[in-house]
Amino acid sequence: MTSHAMRDAWYPVGLLSGLSEGGKDSLLLGENITVFGSATGAPSVECSGRTLPVVRRFGHLWTSLGTPDKDLFTIPEADHPERVRVDVGVVRVKCSPLRAVENFLDIAHFPFVHTDILGAESHPEVSEYKVEIRDEVDEVWATKVEFFQPQAARSAGGGITTEYMYRVPAPTCAVLYKTCPPRPGAWDVIALFVQPLTEDLCDVWPWMALFDDESALTDLIHFQQLIFLQDRSILENQIPKRLPLDPAKETPTRADLTSVAYRRWLKRHNFTYGAQLVAG
Amino acid sequence: MILYDYILSPSCYKVRLLASLLGAPLDLRPVDFHPGREHKAAELLALNPAGSIPILVDGDLVLTESAAILAYLAAQKGGYWLAGDAPAAIARHQQWLDFSHRLTQALGGARLVEMLHFEGDLAALQTRGVAALRELEAALFVQRLGGQSYLIRDTPSIADIACFPYVALAPDGSIPLDPYPSIRIWMRAIRALPGFIEMPGIHRRHDLAPDPFAEVPS
Ligand SMILES: N[C@H](CCC(=O)N[C@@H](CS)C(=O)NCC(=O)O)C(=O)O
Ligand SMILES: [Fe+2]
Repeated sequence: MTSHAMRDAWYPVGLLSGLSEGGKDSLLLGENITVFGSATGAPSVECSGRTLPVVRRFGHLWTSLGTPDKDLFTIPEADHPERVRVDVGVVRVKCSPLRAVENFLDIAHFPFVHTDILGAESHPEVSEYKVEIRDEVDEVWATKVEFFQPQAARSAGGGITTEYMYRVPAPTCAVLYKTCPPRPGAWDVIALFVQPLTEDLCDVWPWMALFDDESALTDLIHFQQLIFLQDRSILENQIPKRLPLDPAKETPTRADLTSVAYRRWLKRHNFTYGAQLVAG
Repeated sequence: MILYDYILSPSCYKVRLLASLLGAPLDLRPVDFHPGREHKAAELLALNPAGSIPILVDGDLVLTESAAILAYLAAQKGGYWLAGDAPAAIARHQQWLDFSHRLTQALGGARLVEMLHFEGDLAALQTRGVAALRELEAALFVQRLGGQSYLIRDTPSIADIACFPYVALAPDGSIPLDPYPSIRIWMRAIRALPGFIEMPGIHRRHDLAPDPFAEVPS
């Protein structure tokens, strides 16, 4: 059964630029939904005869099966007029939606999964950084994450040490901010919006808002798809399939700090669709 | 030579892979295949009315079939990757190049439906994909018994390169490769070729499991 807490959250269900007026069938938390585009700019989502609430934001259509108690989060940095906002397009992954988010938060996999792009096997170490659950906004944040990267972005000329911040504003969404090679001092924004189809199947909608005057849009899309498809190979082979959450203990077995905080936050809110409750 | 390319396209990867194995430089022109469907827009349809990629442009020559592009690259580098002169070898080579289109349609089709939301009858594509894999497995098994590592002989040809990518990516279309040991050994041999390059989902060769009796360096 779907836990109530997750029914009340917002989820991406399509690219605003790719909706069809005739409707497209999909799934949300195991329930059948139909996503309708609209020539007059008012797309809608239906679920067994019910019209669901919708929000249009970040180039995507968002909906909820329940009654969200707050608006969909915002990414104020992404509104900057000089940024290029990039719809990367959907990729279906046979994995738990929570696993997809957790992998996105974990920097330690870069040298091994994104070898010679986001990480180098010769520089696997992640130095200490700060992780907190910010109660006032109810989000997980990791800051001061530093990492050596051979090709940090499409626009990077060579190896640099990149600084990252990670943010989890919704149970199946994560946003990262990283040093922007052409503009020292500014941050690139890369987000992973995950639509939970079932507990072990999801549609992932990566999205970006970048300062990049040089690269063509298609290059930016391909760069991000390359990275995400490398993750997909790993995600589909994770065992156990669902994200293990220990109902009693605070610390999961894996040591990544952001992952610990994410799991703790999920447990606190009873966000357990795609999780497996295990003691041990 | 300009290759109209998409990073996630196994058909484009065939060309990138052979070019790398041959040491032939390519100018890549990225095509927004997903989500932009640029291959179906006017500029590319003018080059290739079939609305597919890869497309290779070399001066006046425009090639829109991956098998033809592989043949063109191989012929420019002395023909080592081509079939040679023996009639049977020429024919078997051509047979596998044609067979590679079945892989594209069935395994590639299943992958596009499963991974990128394309339209298609998944179950029918998977059925045809499995039939093609069984045929390939049987042929590679016979080759191996005869001491040959590749599809037409003991050295690789463009037929191997034409068949390899969609086979390796079959799991993306939810078709597991575990039941095909000869295919797995063949893929391992291809991944070991000098100049081999990866694409997402096709990894470089990992080492065998570490020797449990090896001395641990202190
Ligand atoms: N002409 C075939 C086409 C290969 C193929 O199927 N390419 C895919 C991308 S991987 C494509 O462009 N599909 C779009 C379509 O056929 O409509 C070849 O060169 O082998
Ligand atoms: Fe990754």
